[in-house]
Amino acid sequence: MSASSIKIYVPCDATALALGAESTARAIAETARTRGIDIELVRNGSRGMFWLEPLVEAATPGGRVAYGLVKSADVASLFDADFLHGGAHGSRVGAIEEQSWFKHQERLCFARVGVTDPLSVDDFIAHGGYAGLRNALSLSGADIVKAVTDSGLRGRGGAAFPTGIKWNTVLGTSAEQKYVVCNADEGDSGTFSDRMLMEGDPLCLIEGMTIAGVAVGATQGYIYLRSEYPHAHRALNAAIANAYAAGWLGADVCGSGKHFDLEVRRGAGAYICGEETSLLDSLEGKRGQVRFKPPLPAIKGLFGQPTVINNVISFASVPIILDRGAQFYRDYGIGRSRGTLPIQLAGNLKRTGLVEKAFGVTLRELLYDYGGGSFSGRPIRAVQVGGPLGAYLPESQFDTVVDYEAFAANGAMLGHGGIVAFDDTVDMAEQARYAMEFCAVESCGKCTPCRIGSIRGVEVIDRIRAGIEREKNFALLDDLCDTMRNGSLCAMGGLTPDPVLSAIKYFAEDFAVR
Amino acid sequence: MKPAKINVVVEGTTRKASELAEPMRQAVITAIDANRHKPGALLPILHAVQDALGYVPPESLAAIAHELNLTRAEVYGVVTFYHHFRDKPPGRAVVQICRAEACQALGARALEAHAKRTLGIDFHETTADGAITLEPVYCLGNCGCGPSVLVDNDELHARVTPAAFDKLVKAARMAT
Repeated sequence: MSASSIKIYVPCDATALALGAESTARAIAETARTRGIDIELVRNGSRGMFWLEPLVEAATPGGRVAYGLVKSADVASLFDADFLHGGAHGSRVGAIEEQSWFKHQERLCFARVGVTDPLSVDDFIAHGGYAGLRNALSLSGADIVKAVTDSGLRGRGGAAFPTGIKWNTVLGTSAEQKYVVCNADEGDSGTFSDRMLMEGDPLCLIEGMTIAGVAVGATQGYIYLRSEYPHAHRALNAAIANAYAAGWLGADVCGSGKHFDLEVRRGAGAYICGEETSLLDSLEGKRGQVRFKPPLPAIKGLFGQPTVINNVISFASVPIILDRGAQFYRDYGIGRSRGTLPIQLAGNLKRTGLVEKAFGVTLRELLYDYGGGSFSGRPIRAVQVGGPLGAYLPESQFDTVVDYEAFAANGAMLGHGGIVAFDDTVDMAEQARYAMEFCAVESCGKCTPCRIGSIRGVEVIDRIRAGIEREKNFALLDDLCDTMRNGSLCAMGGLTPDPVLSAIKYFAEDFAVR
Repeated sequence: MKPAKINVVVEGTTRKASELAEPMRQAVITAIDANRHKPGALLPILHAVQDALGYVPPESLAAIAHELNLTRAEVYGVVTFYHHFRDKPPGRAVVQICRAEACQALGARALEAHAKRTLGIDFHETTADGAITLEPVYCLGNCGCGPSVLVDNDELHARVTPAAFDKLVKAARMAT
């Protein structure tokens, strides 16, 4: 491309593609060609404003100008309106950074997503990429771990365990081979921040994992990616190849003499493999069944070796901590929830997408100020936060603050930060039944409370709904939930009672006989 | 709720990949050669076989076990554990409908019922003309714009109304 060519951004994010971004991109390339206009088409990640996808941006001399909901049929008129120079058009949004939805976010982890070419190492570095790893390479392993610990970063996969403590355990072990494993088995409904990051800024994840490897002395990393994410799979493989080619992965990371290899492994459609010990068994080529703990994966993890295993967003939060310092990151957030959380607005909301905010924002602000209320226009009746194992919350709980402890205090779970909204047409007894049904489908089968309890749970809820010995069966369901909660080996069986019991507690009227 | 999966056929099952019938022989040998050096090679091998053939043939399990020095029971246990692996060839297009909560909030239950009714099949079944296999899936990461449908593990569709579903099924039939 010549120096005079204008950059046009059309997302290659899976949601944007599902909304037609591919044909929009093709139409732009084709129209530019037939009109003899020199453009450079960049396939970026999504800015996270799904109601505007496909969102096209033109890099004009005065900055990037966005146009929303651009279908292929609109492309000719965009050229007519000279969108390459920010011309007026019905779909013109203006500068994304000036939109109030975007302006008030605190994008640390997602700083580059939607901005850069996801696969370009040069673009990554030009936007602050690899600054964290460069710093890390000049530090001792202990100092890197200390920075992560001091930042207050907690596991973003849902369990919220302090990341630095995990890393420190692995650092303190001596072993021939240690591993860094990324849990990219993002199976919780309502969550897509891992996917967006892997598609929109995969090098950020690669950088975070490399820092972890350098810190604890691990030379091999694996990204365990769910098979339902074909777009992320392609993006990761391409970004890894580019990182190798540019000397940022391999036997001599950036001339430091440190060795770090990275490979993507595909899961195979098992929700339970998002549980870290199941994931490790799956990576070893076995059935993805939960392991007893202890031993912790940090001591005996993949192939019995010390293993750092973290979620995508945990790893992707590390580069900025090593770049800007632990204090910089720690200054965001409240209480024991430090830093920012990429929150995902999903389900029945008008403006769904990705909102990265410091901890402390309320559910209500997210649902109404960011989410714009329901998509259907009906009242929001219930929200489920934290995936299929998260409690259902009614309107009276919407002032809950995004903070691990605040959610726990309400018997709920912040989890991976996915928020699913339902309008008033939802049948909460049906949702409770589904929670048990899902557990039955996805249980690994190792422990009885989960494997059998979930099937019995479906049956008991069916009897309650059919009006058969209701009082007895409510008591039985309570008892069953108690057994699952306290007797299950992992969170799958242990937390399935949360959506069930919260549905009964807050939406009892839906359990009436019909 | 897991679908009934593989019936192990012991008689006539070869332990040698080289003795499998084509195109299985080529797919299994290629998958093993490309992955056997990897630690934890079984899943990558099963993926490679299914990517090539559309399913993991039950008659290939003994050969895979033999090559990896595993028992046939171990391989059978793994292949049946994961929802992703099929034991019979799918239709010419695989249509997966998301059943998870975020899609439910936007009408996935109605879409699921519509799909089963109009195609005349249940989940894990294939239409009589061999065109469409219908499968459930639990989240496609498109939770902001459901109901979501994935075709052939590659082509994602958002905001799929029953009418949009009919259109994409028609397109899938035409394409194959």
